[in-house]
Amino acid sequence: MVIDRPEPLLLEEAATGGRGGVTLAARQARLGWLLVLPTLLVLVGVALYPLVDTFLNSLTNARLGSSRAVRFVGLANYKDLFSDPVFLQAVGNTLYFTVVSVAAELVLGLLMALVIHSRFPARGLMRAAVLVPWAIPTVVSAQMWRWMYNDVFGVLNDLLMRVGLLDAPVAWTASPGLAMNAVIAVDVWKTTPFMALLLLAGLQVIAGDLYEAATVDGASRIRQFFSITLPLLRPAMLVALIFRTLDALRVFDVVFVMTAGASGTETVATYNRRILVEFQQLGYGSAISMVIFLIIFLFVLLYVRVLGVSEE
Amino acid sequence: MNPRRWEGVRKALFWGVALVLVFWTIFPFYWAVVSSLKPRGELFTTPVLYWPSHFNWQNYVSVFTARPFGRNLLNSAIVSTVTVIGSLVIGAFASYALGRLRFRGKGVVLYSVLAMTMFPQIAILGALFLFVRALGLYNSWWGLALTYLTFTLPFTVWVLTSFFRETPAELEQAAFVDGATPMQTLRMVLLPLAAPALVTTGLLAFIQAWNEFLFALTFTINDNARTVPVAIAYFSGATRFEIPWGEIMAASVIVTVPLIVLVLVFQNRIVEGLTAGAVKG
Repeated sequence: MVIDRPEPLLLEEAATGGRGGVTLAARQARLGWLLVLPTLLVLVGVALYPLVDTFLNSLTNARLGSSRAVRFVGLANYKDLFSDPVFLQAVGNTLYFTVVSVAAELVLGLLMALVIHSRFPARGLMRAAVLVPWAIPTVVSAQMWRWMYNDVFGVLNDLLMRVGLLDAPVAWTASPGLAMNAVIAVDVWKTTPFMALLLLAGLQVIAGDLYEAATVDGASRIRQFFSITLPLLRPAMLVALIFRTLDALRVFDVVFVMTAGASGTETVATYNRRILVEFQQLGYGSAISMVIFLIIFLFVLLYVRVLGVSEE
Repeated sequence: MNPRRWEGVRKALFWGVALVLVFWTIFPFYWAVVSSLKPRGELFTTPVLYWPSHFNWQNYVSVFTARPFGRNLLNSAIVSTVTVIGSLVIGAFASYALGRLRFRGKGVVLYSVLAMTMFPQIAILGALFLFVRALGLYNSWWGLALTYLTFTLPFTVWVLTSFFRETPAELEQAAFVDGATPMQTLRMVLLPLAAPALVTTGLLAFIQAWNEFLFALTFTINDNARTVPVAIAYFSGATRFEIPWGEIMAASVIVTVPLIVLVLVFQNRIVEGLTAGAVKG
């Protein structure tokens, strides 16, 4: 990373003092703050202020679209969360979604990265092809798959029955045991390319002579993969993993479109929106929001930490 | 096993994996295109037909005539464009300061921005809804563009900062010796140099804004204000149980085609921007 590199700027001059009694360094500092000010103002307005407001709301019994007097209830909403079976189930579902989808994306993404990394004809075409699922809206990919999953007219049942993997059509998105896995499959399809690209960038910085030396020493390709590729790919993998985990923990679009949270697919984010928008419970919903925020914030700290460490 | 045969097995395995991956990636698009072109009777039949008897463009027509999909496309285009312009203008100033100037508190700002790139939108949904409504921007382009800055602005600042940092200092020093102020240096030396980075970042921000769903779903109320993802999610048929799959697939194809073109044209830029956005921050 580039953050801590000594700054190349014209600062020798700064020591010699400035015009009009103000040093160059001080003028630069003033200009610096002036330039970041608009960004800070916007971020305070659309992120920090709403976040503080969410926290304050979470301590009340406020409702959207109600003129009832708002009462301060302390941590009651948070306490209620622990005895709300739907919320606890949603937490479990979200964790399941996160672990399974991120693990699958890592394995498939690595496979994809290795394929694109090797020299073969049509490699450029393949790299372009895998970018497409990444670029389309999640809603569109969810709809495309929902149609393929259709229990009567869906192509997935037809394909699987043709090759003999299924005897009878399956209702992929309506059966409680299956629906979450069906949703995960869509997420994996859509985001594996992103994982592959991050890992590919990691693969491309591994020096070629390492493999040459290993070949001279008689190490097999498999041995080289485990002794050179995997260890050197670790920083890239870590970054990709944390990035994807953050995304998976707040999963919303794909679930909302495919099942609307039915059939055992309710996640914390879909439940949160349901409470806020359908039940209009601003106070209780804000408490759920704060829980999501805190969990993700912990991951962000971890991420910043990892980035800092991986610089050495 | 002898080495030559082992090499053959390895090659076969490689091609097998590559083909399966490509099939898995491409097939859903193939299916969307075929489904969108099927005559109505052939869409809902068993066994499933893998190729239509003839191409039927009715779905593409009715998406625009029976639904306000053209309007939805316009909404998405305007909201995304405004978002991108806003992020680039505001973000370029901040990035110049963070990448080129030296001042106290810079590190804190930089890491706050990095942390913000991963901000969970859902966490502020309720409060932001009240905020947008209070500003009178509910159900409008401007409300969406403003709230989209939560995720596009930090991303833009982060990527552009790392770009500004990597540009050689000599150019700036030359400008400084010639008596240029920092703002003149930014305008006449650094921004032209940054044009490719601006294009890349703008493109990625555009895709993010174009694909956004949660805010668009919550901060709009009627068909005419909806952006494309929300419209496609809410496509419904004459009755509650009849889902217009043909039209949904046609709409999906319509949004996907420009994205495929963008990806093919800007492939290298996108990959660079993505890895810069993630690996470098």
